[in-house]
Amino acid sequence: MNFSRPKGRDCSEVIFLRKYLLKKILIYVLTFFFAATINWAIPRFMPGNPIHFLIARFATLPESAKVLQSYFTQAFGLDRPLMEQYVNFWRAFFKGDLGISIYLYPQPVLKVILRSLPYTVLLLLPAIIVSFVIGNRFGAFVARKKYLDNIALPIFYTLTAAPYFWFGILLAWLFGVVLKVFPIAGAYSFAMTPSFSWRFVSNYLYHWILPFSSLVLVMLGGWAIGMRNMIIYELEANYSRYMEALGSSQSLIRRYAYRNAILPQVTGLAIQLGTAVAGTLTTEIVFSYPGIGYILMQGILNQDYFLIQGCFLFIIVGVLIANFIVDILYLIIDPRIRKSYTGEI
Amino acid sequence: MEILQVKDLKLYYKTLYGMAKAVDGVSFTVRKGETLGIAGESGCGKTTLGLGLVLRKPPMVWCGGQAFIEDTDLMNLDEKSMRKLRYEKISIIPQYAMDALNPTKKIRQIIQDLLKEHKQRYEEKQELLTERLTLINLNKKILDMYPIELSGGMRQRLVMVISTLLNPKLLISDEITSALDVSTQKTVIQTLYQMKKKGFMDSLIFITHDLSLLYQIADRVMIMYAGKVAEIGEIQDIVDNPLHPYTRALIGSLPRIGVRYHETKLKGIHGYPPNLLKIGPACRFKERCPMAFNKCEENPPIFRVNAQEVACWLYEEGERV
Ligand SMILES: Nc1ncnc2c1ncn2[C@@H]1O[C@H](COP(=O)(O)OP(=O)(O)OP(=O)(O)O)[C@@H](O)[C@H]1O
Ligand SMILES: [Mg+2]
Repeated sequence: MNFSRPKGRDCSEVIFLRKYLLKKILIYVLTFFFAATINWAIPRFMPGNPIHFLIARFATLPESAKVLQSYFTQAFGLDRPLMEQYVNFWRAFFKGDLGISIYLYPQPVLKVILRSLPYTVLLLLPAIIVSFVIGNRFGAFVARKKYLDNIALPIFYTLTAAPYFWFGILLAWLFGVVLKVFPIAGAYSFAMTPSFSWRFVSNYLYHWILPFSSLVLVMLGGWAIGMRNMIIYELEANYSRYMEALGSSQSLIRRYAYRNAILPQVTGLAIQLGTAVAGTLTTEIVFSYPGIGYILMQGILNQDYFLIQGCFLFIIVGVLIANFIVDILYLIIDPRIRKSYTGEI
Repeated sequence: MEILQVKDLKLYYKTLYGMAKAVDGVSFTVRKGETLGIAGESGCGKTTLGLGLVLRKPPMVWCGGQAFIEDTDLMNLDEKSMRKLRYEKISIIPQYAMDALNPTKKIRQIIQDLLKEHKQRYEEKQELLTERLTLINLNKKILDMYPIELSGGMRQRLVMVISTLLNPKLLISDEITSALDVSTQKTVIQTLYQMKKKGFMDSLIFITHDLSLLYQIADRVMIMYAGKVAEIGEIQDIVDNPLHPYTRALIGSLPRIGVRYHETKLKGIHGYPPNLLKIGPACRFKERCPMAFNKCEENPPIFRVNAQEVACWLYEEGERV
């Protein structure tokens, strides 16, 4: 019998990787296209007229209001047939032009979004990473301590079941209103201007801690429960039994179990990303935190088509990129995926 | 010289409905260098016995008896010494050998880690490992693969090599052939025989429900029935002159030609084994026994008849063990 592999194993793996990535990218591009289209359409089919909001803010006489209305309608291209608006949307998109905000007229949407993007990213990314790491560690730890498990599990369930905004409000009330140790609104004090000075950064962190913790706490429960269940399952698996029968220590067996249990968690990460983003948006609204969620809310309240559209475009792109990263990550950590795609098993 | 001496061993399962007496007062010995076959219907406690010698985890509980390997009682050993003893002195090829390896670790890594747990250096065993892989027809390249890349049969043979890498005094092999087709079964048995001849292990406990396989490899056999020993003896004696009615039924139900014997419910015996949760004082085989008489209301002790040991009142004139 001869079990040698076909020559050029590495080569076939490279070809496979390219094929896999191309396929993934194609899927992501298509997803983006459809999502962007839906995203373009939704505000336009919402009842109400955004120009009215804009004009209301100028609070002028009725006649000039009429002139302004037709001026703005033309300026935003809202008098064109829908199809034309749609084509224009893509044309402008590829030029990096997301339109002018109606609500923050005359600022370009891109500028408004880029200004608030860092606040969201700096809130969301650390929250996801920290909750993922701590939640998994915690779940794995609890899985083998029966006594602790009985206490921790209900807590985890409460945490995941809590809506993001509810937890935000709870923390804001407890630490902001009752204990008065943390501010409950904004990303920095009113008197400040963003800069890289120590004074600003510390002030920023001081404002950041509450929304950040509320996000971490809510997300943590889900990871912990998932990990706990997976670890229990893996520790019962045949390979764990075998290692134990051959005299392996608990620490080695747990290490193996953790390695396998983390795999479905990473898949879960991809699934959870959307929810996490949504959670961040509501949390921002609770804390009046000037990120994407907050301005999106403003956009919706003021029927600002372009701002809403721009915000969602960024969210879609963000989620897709993150999913793509998770896909790649998964490919690296789970040999089974790699092998099954190469057609070796 | 005995390598293993099991005395009145009781291994039960704690269940919601009470204790399932899977192994209930079993005594036997394994001599140095011999192969002891253990046979019996599905559910008679073979796996429980084999695994219980090495590792008892809930719901399996030890409820009495001893098992000496050399002078160490496996049932009363602290976890640390027991851990060292596993693999080095007593090793096992489990019933689920095909998925006994973590699918997401490279095989080399798994072996390295296992060896490290016993303070052995992989580098020192590498040559031995390659040599043994060749014996079981595996290329050493498989060390850089993941277990999922091997076929079930390859994985099984690999586990045979891994389990014996430290040359244990005693190897327990549990139903290593049941998941295989007949021709592969033959190869596996031959390999196991080779491994023993080359000294990969000193003594072997070969668990199966297939008597015809035992004939090919075992020196002595122990027939189990419902958690108890029915009969122990040299394989030739048992085949030529089975004493216990259950053994007779087992041998009688063997097909004349070939080695096909897949049914676990025996053709020649009517009825089912008793429920291990509700065991009365009577002989456990009584309900199915064609020779049952009034004495059988009491559980029989073991009698010695010539070189055989048999747990049946028919042999009361024999010497009690
Ligand atoms: N985890 C468990 N919990 C409760 N009872 C169990 C458990 N495992 C086994 N048993 C019971 O113990 C008895 C013996 O089981 P065991 O697996 O030792 O049988 P076996 O002889 O190896 O059978 P097979 O030939 O099918 O492998 C069975 O009646 C079974 O119902
Ligand atoms: Mg079994």
